[in-house]
Amino acid sequence: MPPRVNLNKCNGCEGLPESKCEEACPGDLMAVDPRTNKAYVRFAGDCWDCMSCTKACPTKAIETRVPYQIGYHKASLKPIMGSNTITWKCVDINGKEETYKYRNRMDK
Amino acid sequence: MANIPAKRAIDFRPKSVDDVKTIIVDCDLLIIGGGNAGCFVAVEAKKINPELKVVIMEKAEIMRSGACSAGMDAINTYIPNGKTPEDLVRWSRDQVGGGPLREDLALSNAKELNEAVDDLERWGLPVLREEDGSVRYRGKWDISIHGEQLKPIMAEKAIECGADVYNRIAATGLLKDGEGYCIGAMGIHVRTGDFYVFRSKATVNSTGGAGTLYKSYTADSTDSGAQIWMCPYCVGSGYAMGFRHGVELTSLEQRWVATRTKDFCGPVDTISVGYKAPIINCKDEKIMEVRYKHLGGDSAPRYIRANAPMEEWLQGRGPTYCDTRGMDKETNWRMMCDYLNERPSFVLFLAARGQDPTKEPIEIFGSDPYIMGGHTMGGFWVNLDRMTTMPGLFAAGETAGGNPNKFVGGCAAEGKIAARGAIKYMDENQISLPKDLDEEQIRIELERVYAPLFRGGDYDGIAPRAMKDRLQRLMDEYAGGSSQFYRTNEERLDYALKHIAILQDQFKYLKVADLHELMQANETMDRVDVAEAVVHHLKGRKETRWAGWQTRTDYPERDDENFDCFIETRRDPLTGKVECFTRPYVQLVPGERFKS
Ligand SMILES: Cc1cc2nc3c(=O)[nH]c(=O)nc-3n(C[C@H](O)[C@H](O)[C@H](O)COP(=O)(O)OP(=O)(O)OC[C@H]3O[C@@H](n4cnc5c(N)ncnc54)[C@H](O)[C@@H]3O)c2cc1C
Ligand code: SF4
Ligand code: SF4
Repeated sequence: MPPRVNLNKCNGCEGLPESKCEEACPGDLMAVDPRTNKAYVRFAGDCWDCMSCTKACPTKAIETRVPYQIGYHKASLKPIMGSNTITWKCVDINGKEETYKYRNRMDK
Repeated sequence: MANIPAKRAIDFRPKSVDDVKTIIVDCDLLIIGGGNAGCFVAVEAKKINPELKVVIMEKAEIMRSGACSAGMDAINTYIPNGKTPEDLVRWSRDQVGGGPLREDLALSNAKELNEAVDDLERWGLPVLREEDGSVRYRGKWDISIHGEQLKPIMAEKAIECGADVYNRIAATGLLKDGEGYCIGAMGIHVRTGDFYVFRSKATVNSTGGAGTLYKSYTADSTDSGAQIWMCPYCVGSGYAMGFRHGVELTSLEQRWVATRTKDFCGPVDTISVGYKAPIINCKDEKIMEVRYKHLGGDSAPRYIRANAPMEEWLQGRGPTYCDTRGMDKETNWRMMCDYLNERPSFVLFLAARGQDPTKEPIEIFGSDPYIMGGHTMGGFWVNLDRMTTMPGLFAAGETAGGNPNKFVGGCAAEGKIAARGAIKYMDENQISLPKDLDEEQIRIELERVYAPLFRGGDYDGIAPRAMKDRLQRLMDEYAGGSSQFYRTNEERLDYALKHIAILQDQFKYLKVADLHELMQANETMDRVDVAEAVVHHLKGRKETRWAGWQTRTDYPERDDENFDCFIETRRDPLTGKVECFTRPYVQLVPGERFKS
């Protein structure tokens, strides 16, 4: 389930030694194109849809999408990271919305 | 103490091995793979001796790597009040149909288990509790957690304890001294292109299991190629590195195959165990109750539950479902939170199907097969200290074999045991680092590993992806993949071996354009080598003991007289010949083994 990068929001994590999505991906799939300074996924078919890149992006430029072969256009699931909570906003293909929020850490 | 950042990818085009920089790092304890088990190895080693120099060599970035990258919704094993480690071993034995299994390993792990899980809670993992403060069990042994942050929590502890984490270094080979002791490992930095040589007194291999040996039924020309249960970036490199040096592997034929949600390989235990949703076929029959009552119904061994939906399909009674219909809204909301903690994109998948599980049941199917010593038994043969048959090389978690049903808690516990074993080994044998660098050995590995990068440009070669696809289809069709309902026979296995040998001979044509692809080329070579071992194991067990995990159409019955034992393999590093042999099973925990 490949990440979709919103090029208007992505700033290439300018100034950081490594971009956040590139750092997070367990499969080394994210990279920033030095010519455009925008993130891209090297090969969408290798993505495990773990959503680590999506959670890590500071500008919320990444959205995880379901490949069409598996699921229909277009649902969305967006994580919002708090210091010890996570909030997920989900919209299904019929426009039905749902929010989930819970504690994901005890120590912060 | 440092978590060494990997930097951004660079355009690295060396002309020859002379353009590749070799970096030597010396340490006391080397951990290959900073996953669930690896983090616990580091913490335990530093706790025993804060002076030790502990290094983690991690292919990804330690905060989000391996099986726990996306999070977890449960710890599958935690011994409840009133139960004993022996009870857990008996349960584990039941899950694998009475064994064989390494009860010595299982017992030592079980004794360590709860403490390791308690560590996680102390470190900040939210463990769900009942109103009276007791942990909330979702089944007999598994407890509910909000584990979205599980991996960062473990990683932070490993860094805090003082280990040095070298991120984005994919290990490719072990370093061996003249007497055959393991003295470290080597690998590629996939961002800088440098070749790293870690020299150590002892080494723990905790690189996880092997996904991606078999084709997933969703793999096609679109974006769903890595749509599998197991982390697709753990490809069996740990097993391959040992296999190439003649280190003994055990029980790879007991593959892990699980019932998973269909089309999106999502969790099913969450629904069927956690929310008591029965599995049904297209006729609304409760499969386990109607067809498997004599084998324990809903509590039948794991391999039977895994194979049950596939049997329904075979018999013409598919599709199969987990019946979530009628679940109340509040329970459904909690179930969605569980999914979000473990496999968040499954919630996205349901949304992309426009599906409300309280109205429509969730479809289920069998996964592709994996080799995972933390789930089933495939991995290195180890002693009680978790040392493999190569002195100085230890294994923990999915990488260590013989001891199934470890999961998160058991992999953590085993990490601690391996750390103690490694320190004991260093102390008792007064191991010191070799004075001289074995330059010849390093050069040979560097040339092997980087070769695909020098075949760039117009070279008429093979892309790593093409070879991976060839292997995956071969394994699927001939070595019992999901398209074959996991069944195989001697002739198909021989066919697979013949083609695996061709693939091995064609490593010399692999060609890549950049460092990411170079990592993939090495992954694919590792996959092929592990596949070779898997096929030998499947050939070795001429019976059917765990239908689904291991099904031989030519030997459809269980044969206790000949096969109530472990199947082992070892590849001779000089001749390349694979030797297949057995080891006896020893029952340590009393009780009836074969209940059905
Ligand atoms: C989707 C999913 C859900 C699960 N749900 C549960 C659950 O709810 N409860 C439960 O108890 N268990 C669950 N499990 C099982 C559990 O997560 C695993 O058994 C356990 O975490 C494995 O630990 P490990 O350390 O052996 O492997 P991993 O945690 O996978 O660690 C392997 C590490 O090695 C690294 N690595 C791999 N190759 C190399 C190389 N060549 N060089 C350097 N580093 C390398 C990887 O990047 C990774 O960091 C689940 C597993 C999966 C995949
Ligand atoms: S993390 Fe976000 S902002 Fe940074 S490079 Fe990636 S997509 Fe762009
Ligand atoms: S979803 Fe996970 S696997 Fe896919 S690109 Fe993002 S971080 Fe990598």
